Amino acid sequence: MTTVAPARSESTGDSLTAARSSLANAFFSRLTAGAASLILVTLAAVATFLLVRAWPAITSSSADLASKVDWLGTASSDTLIATIGYLVFGTLLIGTMALLIGAPISFGIALFISHYAPRRLAATLGYIVDLLAAVPSVIYGLWGGFVLIPKLAPFYGWLNREFGWFPLFAGEASPTGRVALSASIVLAIMILPIITAVTREVFLQTPVLHEEAALAMGATRWEMIRMAVFPFARSGMIGATMLGLGRALGETMAVYMILSPGLSYSFHVLEASSHNTIAANIALKFPEANATGVEALIAMGLALFVITLAVNVLARWVVSRRSEFSGAN
Amino acid sequence: MAKRIDVNNLNVYYRAFCAVEGVSLAIEPHSVTALIGPSGCGKSTFIRTINRMHEVIPGARVEGEVLMDGIDLYAPGIDPVAVRRHVGMVFQRPNPFPTMTIAENALAGTRLNNRRISKADAEEVVETSLKAANLWEEVKDRLDRPGSSLSGGQQQRLCIARAIAIKPDVLLMDEPCSALDPISTLAIEDLIAELKSEYTIVIVTHNMQQAARVSDRTAFFNIAGAGKPGKLIEMNATSVIFSSPAERATEDYISGRFG
Repeated sequence: MTTVAPARSESTGDSLTAARSSLANAFFSRLTAGAASLILVTLAAVATFLLVRAWPAITSSSADLASKVDWLGTASSDTLIATIGYLVFGTLLIGTMALLIGAPISFGIALFISHYAPRRLAATLGYIVDLLAAVPSVIYGLWGGFVLIPKLAPFYGWLNREFGWFPLFAGEASPTGRVALSASIVLAIMILPIITAVTREVFLQTPVLHEEAALAMGATRWEMIRMAVFPFARSGMIGATMLGLGRALGETMAVYMILSPGLSYSFHVLEASSHNTIAANIALKFPEANATGVEALIAMGLALFVITLAVNVLARWVVSRRSEFSGAN
Repeated sequence: MAKRIDVNNLNVYYRAFCAVEGVSLAIEPHSVTALIGPSGCGKSTFIRTINRMHEVIPGARVEGEVLMDGIDLYAPGIDPVAVRRHVGMVFQRPNPFPTMTIAENALAGTRLNNRRISKADAEEVVETSLKAANLWEEVKDRLDRPGSSLSGGQQQRLCIARAIAIKPDVLLMDEPCSALDPISTLAIEDLIAELKSEYTIVIVTHNMQQAARVSDRTAFFNIAGAGKPGKLIEMNATSVIFSSPAERATEDYISGRFG
């Protein structure tokens, strides 16, 4: 359009056509579209890599694999698929426990910061929580291993003696404390900052209009929070939890340094050498793995990829199920 | 049960700033009292002191008395939460809870007091309050739709239903029609006239025709200038305020010379 304008007078041509800005517009929109599609490309590349590299291990027979990878066997309990099964179980068990411990505490902190604390205290507290997120996971692993676990071990013994009837605390409590519950507790601390930061923001965005509506009906502050804040923040809370779960599922170093690894479908979270997570197992086996071993490990990575994808899809579905009631309309 | 309100020498502060000064007035039961005045004159601030909602804003406080049937709402030992169960409020912008259905919205206040209300009782509360708010016929077939699916005027009547479902003694309305179209406004005004038989109603309005149409008594608030406290200039029967006000400022305001 702009190129067919030479016959026009200078002034109208300048004011009606906007050659430079439309060019910049097109350039910028391409740039953003490119940036957005980069995410899809990366995701596809990761998925392709995992599939292609894991394919030989997935398709070869367990006897073949066992002959090349010393930590895999031919018995039904130690084939590649069986091992992945144990690891998926361990990953989900430890991640879920970390969420059960970490999410409620995070919601509590976020709520205190957004609705209970005086403004100055809230700001300080928010800052400290953000600081927690900056601590590298290897530090959490060291701290968990040297400081937390020795203190937890006697408590586990007590838990096992007094509450052994509860399936999770049954079995034989490890005196070292290097058990699934310890890993979950450290993971819970690690996911606190992200869940707290996200939910705090969502809580703060609750419309004053709805908070006042609840208060004016004679709601106490807690009732107001249940009536106006939680329903409004629901999808944000789920999203934050899933972010936390994503971090817990993929966390490697802390688990690697804390947990005494093992493979089983045991719910006895106080027993050592019973569980391991996919990520920690890859870190454990990778340094000494041969070519086939690496393929087997990549197959495990593929399983982790699928789990996190499924968790996110599930979260999206939960969030969208009642989107009509979200207040966005 | 409609109750009377007597306000004695009320000052309202936001931290050090005095927003409303020296208000004394009486609000009769079973009547509609309109509060009018230019923007920033403190009428919204004042109405929020009657159910202690102004305290929600950090740093807000009150000196003086607000008596409801002789009981000082600011006496020590009075719980603001309990006050608000007796003095309901409708806000400027319709604010049904977006995460609740129409029925749940109408029930919200009742559920606060009585969590284990039976299904039949709950349905009755929903029906009576929605009928009292002249909304039942429009929504009875879609009670499980979100409250936010209604039009603005319907939402505001839903908010009125929600407020009267807990049977307050007094109903405060802070510019309830300012976000509504004329037809919806008319519906709310008709409703106010009906509700008068059961409640004491106080309404803040910017619309002087509305004050003239719905209220029995009118209070005119004014402000001397920016940063100065709002004051009650005069209060009288609505017909008197709009025909022969005692104060010059009132006459100037209602005749449109300022504000």
